[in-house]
Amino acid sequence: MVAAIADDHPVRGSTLTLREVSHRFDLEGQPLPVLDRISLQVGRGEFVALLGPSGCGKSTLLRLVAGLDTPAVGSLLMDGREIEAPDPSRVVVFQDPTLYPWRTVWRNVALGLEARGLLRTHSGRIEDALRLVGLTGFANAYPRQLSGGMAQRAALARALVNDPKLLILDEPLGQLDSLTRITMQGELVSLWQRAGFTALLVTHDVEEALFLAGRVVVLSQRPAHIKAEIANTRPYPRRRGDPHLAELRHEVLAHLGLDATW
Amino acid sequence: MSAVIDEVSRPQKSGFGVFARPATRSLIGGLAAAAAWFVAAALTAFWPDKIESDWAYTGNFAAACATLAFALAFAAFAGIRFTVFQRLQRLSPWLLALALFLAAWEAVTAKLGLLPLPFFPPPQAIVEVIIDDWGRLAAGILASARLLATGFFLGAAVGFMTGVAIGWSRLAGYWIHPVLRFIGPLPATAWLPLAFFVFPSSFSASVFLIALGTGFPVTVLTWSGVAGVNSTYYDIARTLGATQRFLVLKVAIPAAMPHVFVGLFMGLGNSFAVLVVAEMLGVKAGLGWYLQWAQGWAAYANMYAALLLMAFLCSGLITLLFRLRDRLLSWQKGLVRW
Ligand SMILES: Nc1ncnc2c1ncn2[C@@H]1O[C@H](COP(=O)(O)OP(=O)(O)OP(=O)(O)O)[C@@H](O)[C@H]1O
Ligand SMILES: [Mg+2]
Repeated sequence: MVAAIADDHPVRGSTLTLREVSHRFDLEGQPLPVLDRISLQVGRGEFVALLGPSGCGKSTLLRLVAGLDTPAVGSLLMDGREIEAPDPSRVVVFQDPTLYPWRTVWRNVALGLEARGLLRTHSGRIEDALRLVGLTGFANAYPRQLSGGMAQRAALARALVNDPKLLILDEPLGQLDSLTRITMQGELVSLWQRAGFTALLVTHDVEEALFLAGRVVVLSQRPAHIKAEIANTRPYPRRRGDPHLAELRHEVLAHLGLDATW
Repeated sequence: MSAVIDEVSRPQKSGFGVFARPATRSLIGGLAAAAAWFVAAALTAFWPDKIESDWAYTGNFAAACATLAFALAFAAFAGIRFTVFQRLQRLSPWLLALALFLAAWEAVTAKLGLLPLPFFPPPQAIVEVIIDDWGRLAAGILASARLLATGFFLGAAVGFMTGVAIGWSRLAGYWIHPVLRFIGPLPATAWLPLAFFVFPSSFSASVFLIALGTGFPVTVLTWSGVAGVNSTYYDIARTLGATQRFLVLKVAIPAAMPHVFVGLFMGLGNSFAVLVVAEMLGVKAGLGWYLQWAQGWAAYANMYAALLLMAFLCSGLITLLFRLRDRLLSWQKGLVRW
């Protein structure tokens, strides 16, 4: 059924709702509050970027969305249903690529299909994903033979083969050199437009957030709460030199308290 | 693999590597080794034995040394034309040392009689044992190998599954861990009197003991391997829709494999120790039993022969395990070589 919908509508991502989500960790017996009443509504097929200082709780928030942890307070819903456990419709690209060192790149990318028993029927997707991230020639290489950026691209391919409804990206391009990074940003936009999934991206890079996202959510220092939400309605494909983006950039930096250097 | 060895050995100028060209190096090294074996052969054949001694295989031993010497000389010359023989160059320092050792041994035993008999027989006495008593020795090797293989595989399999169970399941950990803590450190041989009494045959008792000696390190290392798996590996698999079964079989076990192999190596070492003790004290077959029997008859040459074969058996099995590891864990870099 999902496949049938997919053929009719290019937009088939899911909606995501965060209701008053708070979370804390225990650090040597002391409670460490990390998230402070975060409420967020992400529409079907929307691309939302999260920006915030290091250690404020962005990765923690993404783990909650993925269903890997449950929040201390509040609830998270995907398509109106509570998120209780990980599900292959929500795929995460972690901050650290963490490929399985005992598997070749091809077998790493195949992981999701294999786990769901789809490898036999859908193995063609693996080639497509590898081509998309430019790793066709490295299908049989082991992770230790890859550079940091290549490993990160392989991790991206490992997520994309699963055709997610919600793609959760935790600084997926952080380790790439600036040239590859620009290329991959463009690829990500066109992929998102083609596949129509909902995307939630964490990044440190204000330009990247503005180039990719339709909305930028600025988080405060830990414990993170939402400081501002900036809509970015510029049509795709965007141009990096767009003066409107430069204005938005200034606004975002002001929310982060970094506009003095601008 | 040999390419790696070559790369390692080249910059170190091992052996006769100080000579510039590989062909020259191979020729000089090979001829030196051949000369040493000729010396050993000549010394054995032409230097009369100490009076009152009577070694049956002196001529055969000398002939064997001479044959090896001829073969080495031939290989050294062949190395000029065929690079295959140049590979032998790596071995020639060892071959030379071995020949000198045998010659010295021959001199201080059969020729000069400096070492007391019967504790230190000359090399030809060991050749004599291997030729005259090969039937019993071969039967001993077979019996030992059979016992060792049965016990080792049983122990490794049970240990591996127990280790995965403790590493994975809290319940299994709760019940098995204390037992392991309490009984595991006890040397398997401590169970020997009890085992021979409880089990129907000395063979089954020894299998149990060897399995116990193998199983403990395999269990502990498999367990620590599974427990130490990077938790992000599980997170990734879980977000991609992995079942518990997939997490165990495709994530936990492959990630723990390097640890498992450390356990297997330790287990194999333990199993040798238990094997020999069990054969000496209970089983009426095998190399350990032969060793004990030879000592009872003061047949020291037989003892040396059995020891030599035992060393070949053990190091052969360790080598086999290393090969298996290199094959299964080829994704790892910087493997320790044997
Ligand atoms: N498992 C944990 N146990 C205890 N504290 C944790 C745990 N995970 C994260 N923290 C703490 O929570 C805070 C937020 O961590 P998080 O990884 O979410 O930050 P982040 O915003 O992703 O930072 P960065 O941008 O540097 O990746 C940090 O102070 C960290 O020390
Ligand atoms: Mg983070």
